[in-house]
Amino acid sequence: MKNKIEISGLQVHYGDKPALNGVSFDVHPNEILGIIGPAQSGKTTLLKVINRTLEFTPEATVQGSVKLDGVDIDTIGDVYELRRRIGMVLPLPVGLPLSIYDNVAFAPRTAGLRTKPELDEIVERCLQQAALWDEVKDRLDSLGTKLSGGQQQRLTIARALSHQPEVLCLDEFSIAIDPVTTMRIEDVLKTLQTEMTILLVTNLVQQAKRLANRTAFFLNGDLIEIDTTDVIFSENPANQATYDYVNGTFG
Amino acid sequence: MNTDIQVSPETMFTETEIGKQKRWIENVMRIFFLVMTSLMIIPLLLIIGYLLYKALPVLSLEFLFTNPKDNMRAGGLWAPFLGTIYLVVVSLLVAAPIGVFAAVYLNEYARESWFTRITNLAVVNLAGVPSIVHALFGVGAFVLFAGLGESILAASLTLAIMTLPVIIASTTEALKAVPMSFREACWNLGATRWQTIRRIVIPNSISGILTGVILQVSRAAGETAPIMFTGAVFYKAIAEGNLFAYNITEQCMALSLHLFTISTQVPDVTEGIPYGTAVVLVGSVLLVNAVSIVLRIYVRTRKKW
Repeated sequence: MKNKIEISGLQVHYGDKPALNGVSFDVHPNEILGIIGPAQSGKTTLLKVINRTLEFTPEATVQGSVKLDGVDIDTIGDVYELRRRIGMVLPLPVGLPLSIYDNVAFAPRTAGLRTKPELDEIVERCLQQAALWDEVKDRLDSLGTKLSGGQQQRLTIARALSHQPEVLCLDEFSIAIDPVTTMRIEDVLKTLQTEMTILLVTNLVQQAKRLANRTAFFLNGDLIEIDTTDVIFSENPANQATYDYVNGTFG
Repeated sequence: MNTDIQVSPETMFTETEIGKQKRWIENVMRIFFLVMTSLMIIPLLLIIGYLLYKALPVLSLEFLFTNPKDNMRAGGLWAPFLGTIYLVVVSLLVAAPIGVFAAVYLNEYARESWFTRITNLAVVNLAGVPSIVHALFGVGAFVLFAGLGESILAASLTLAIMTLPVIIASTTEALKAVPMSFREACWNLGATRWQTIRRIVIPNSISGILTGVILQVSRAAGETAPIMFTGAVFYKAIAEGNLFAYNITEQCMALSLHLFTISTQVPDVTEGIPYGTAVVLVGSVLLVNAVSIVLRIYVRTRKKW
């Protein structure tokens, strides 16, 4: 089985401050990889490296390599194409100040798609995938920013799906939404797994346990351990710190 | 151990000394701030009221649409009024695009570097340069070096240089008011910086940008120093009622300079005329400012987040 993403020797510094200290691991196709760890452990930075949006942070320097389908992402000429291959959902829901329809149609349009029937089809499919369609289908013209937090987060997910990504990265998506909505989105993710690879950064250890096939534990910019979720959450993971974190002894 | 602390119902809600003091200070402070606000408004009302009262005898549409007569002792304001419009419009046509686009570059594209630091420093300092200094620069750069002579163009360019830093600063403020998270969301969707700016940043800051630009109208219209050496003349008769009576390579009259001239240089001016000139100048500026206020209210009601 070929790896979807191969990360080797990845180091990131913000100025002099290290964020990731030489991390190496692989992501398998169609898996949900849970990424857990306390704040400041480099989880968000990792996602920003993968879709190269870290380039918008001027003081950040990156060493090491990230390969998507065996191709080094630094050698991909069209960085916008790379970002469309990777869906990104940020911690706080961000409805763009556009209509619900335009929110979801944003990425296809920036990629050059103009035909109305195709856009309609994408908008409906993505909103349905994100379990939002039934709530908003009668008011696609109203502002995305006027939706509730949980709806906006599902809108964000629909938007991330609109450019048909191969990898979906979720950065603590449930931080600002209620448990019921969280459970609905978790169900969505399980369905999406058949179509794409999912990187799930989460502060909720139990969420990783529920969803992830494998789990990686980060601490202070180091990858402490990566293994199947069963092992990570068992009585004897390879590293004592993993056990302590997962069981709430620290962090 | 003392367990018999008693709170009787009668004394529980009576005011303590500290409570009285707090209430007193609260009242004093509220009145203090109210007085300060009044101090700001009263002079404005007095000025406008006094001007209107004194100008009433001369104010009429004819006053606005006829040239000054009898060595500016009588007649109307047409030449200086149209001159001011020319100066303001031409200067904004130059300053607004340059200022807005420069601000977009500085805020949306430029990375922190010595170049942006120097540019920002220049913007801040240029905004504080006295207008007479801009006037001297205008004489040197536009009238003499660029060979434009004393003309509407030279005067407008001088005004443009003067308003540019403020337009850059106000545009930057408007752009900064668009949350960073919107830009990040767009970038994550594979949008270029330009697509992000065109679809999200500009549509959500355009009203703030326009407000900042419009506010510069009043500054450009009111300034005397930058134009008196670069293109404004004491007297010039033009075709009455013709909006295209001026040529931008020629000199023009201007309301601000006209007011200065008839108040200090010309003897025996009809009493109402200087006041009428002031009313027209202040009135035009207030009208333009009112437009920007309406614009701002309109934006607030349809704010999208």
